[in-house]
Amino acid sequence: MITFESVTKQFPGGTTAVDELHLQVPDGEVVVLVGPSGCGKTTILRMVNRMIEPSGGRVAVNGEDVMRTSPPRLRRGIGYVIQGIGLFPHRTIAQNVATVPKLEGWDDDRIKARVDELIETVGLPDGVRDRYPHQLSGGQQQRVGVARALAADPPVMLMDEPFAAVDPIVRTRLQDEFLRLQSEVRKTIVFVTHDIDEAIKMGDRIAILSQGGHLQQYATPKELLAEPANDFVADFLGAERGLKRLALIPVSQVEAAPGPVVAPGAGIDEARRVAETHSSDWVVVVDDEGRARGWARLDELDGRGPVDGVRLRDFELTVHADDSLRTALNALVISRHGVAVRLGDGDRYEGLLTRELLSEELR
Amino acid sequence: MELVAQLLDWFTAPAQWTGSSGIPVRVLEHVLYTVAATGVAVVVGLPIGLAVGHTGRGGTVAVNTTNVGRAIPSFGIIVLFFFIFGIDPVPAVIMLVALALPPIVTNTYVGVRSVAPAVTDSAAGMGLTGWQVLREVEIPAAMPLIMAGIRTSAVQVVATATLAAYIGLGGLGRYIFDGLSQQVLNQVVGGAILVALLALATELALGRVQRLVVPRGLQARSRQAALDAKLT
Repeated sequence: MITFESVTKQFPGGTTAVDELHLQVPDGEVVVLVGPSGCGKTTILRMVNRMIEPSGGRVAVNGEDVMRTSPPRLRRGIGYVIQGIGLFPHRTIAQNVATVPKLEGWDDDRIKARVDELIETVGLPDGVRDRYPHQLSGGQQQRVGVARALAADPPVMLMDEPFAAVDPIVRTRLQDEFLRLQSEVRKTIVFVTHDIDEAIKMGDRIAILSQGGHLQQYATPKELLAEPANDFVADFLGAERGLKRLALIPVSQVEAAPGPVVAPGAGIDEARRVAETHSSDWVVVVDDEGRARGWARLDELDGRGPVDGVRLRDFELTVHADDSLRTALNALVISRHGVAVRLGDGDRYEGLLTRELLSEELR
Repeated sequence: MELVAQLLDWFTAPAQWTGSSGIPVRVLEHVLYTVAATGVAVVVGLPIGLAVGHTGRGGTVAVNTTNVGRAIPSFGIIVLFFFIFGIDPVPAVIMLVALALPPIVTNTYVGVRSVAPAVTDSAAGMGLTGWQVLREVEIPAAMPLIMAGIRTSAVQVVATATLAAYIGLGGLGRYIFDGLSQQVLNQVVGGAILVALLALATELALGRVQRLVVPRGLQARSRQAALDAKLT
């Protein structure tokens, strides 16, 4: 756990970067500091490993005041990843990753085993071991940066805009992999970004800061989006707050509507009746095993045979339990009938999502 | 063509290769001046450059102060020293040190400063002490530039050490100054050729040293950078 108790930082010249900050970073969680430039987020992060020292108040890591531990000792127990990465250009990837274990005096076999393990963990090809940083792509270098920070298995990690320097596609991939990794290693992480979407995606909790290091709100992404504490926070979250909330809610959380469902053998009369009760002009055809076979428009049924006598239409987009409601909304908007079809494994029909259901969820 | 024949005569005369004024002894004297001056300049200049580079303080002062050594005409100093100290190799070496210092201090300073801030920041952030940052990160990363400074200095010193002979000391300058006063052209040109060859040899030898002390990861890049520099 990292705690800030009335922490203040004034720089020489009188600018106040952080003002009376109270914040707790719980064990095993990712806390994202986010805000416009000049909000003191990097200063706050750097006070954890004494790269910057507070002018007042107390910063403690696991109960221990950071000012009472020598900087090198303190820092070797805290992983550190920065935007510029800062790999040592004259050292191989393996040597870079081995930096802290080497400082800590591990023996060579243990270091080698750890380096091999980490290179695999962060998804780098084995061949990079003996290469030099300039021979790697930006995304690969960033992975090395993360591996290097994890090397001595520190309980706490500081990450200052770690993915800002790579292109959007690589950034998304690195974010996803980082979240997967974090779900395994469960480090206590302070993460700085200026990108609210990244904050929402990465953070278990988000601290929104304004100019001069004032904490405006500290909450989980869901709470933040549902109830921004003030105009500053609402502004910072942006105009698409509803969409951002939807992105955080899984489809499984909403009970899907049953929808106008008929069996493949049903006749036109039954189809009409079912459609009418759902005030639609179409039906979903689901077989005995619960598999969705497609859908049909009433006016295309020929009036005599069963509904599967006509050629059934395929669903253009379907959603699954672990998709987000935002994905569902996209499917819903694209669909001609304003619904998103939810399917389970093996095309099992699980119901329909409608605009009303989504709005209900945000209320 | 006559000059070539005369040069050949001069170089092949048996007397030229023995005794206290023979080529081997003069080369040795010249090398001694060079090694002494460059050595002292490294011992003095390297710590200065590293200190101002590492702390980021006093860089301009250090570079400007040492640059005075470049601004003062070596010929002037050596004559001045001669009138003060007489025939003494120490003042001559000091003159050469003044000349050798600026490239070493400047290159070392610039080399350390040009290590990316992210690199030193992450080094400190991982728990390296100030000394460790200097020793393990800044010096190795600055090594290509540091070595370039030492090479520049050494080659300049080889050329300028010729002046030692002007105040009655040894070295390859003897052939040139004696040849000039006795109007023996082949001796003057022979001496000049030897100086040029020694400068070239120095450059090559230090190139070898550079390859030994510059970390492997930086070599491909510094070769590439050197190539780029030549192209532009």
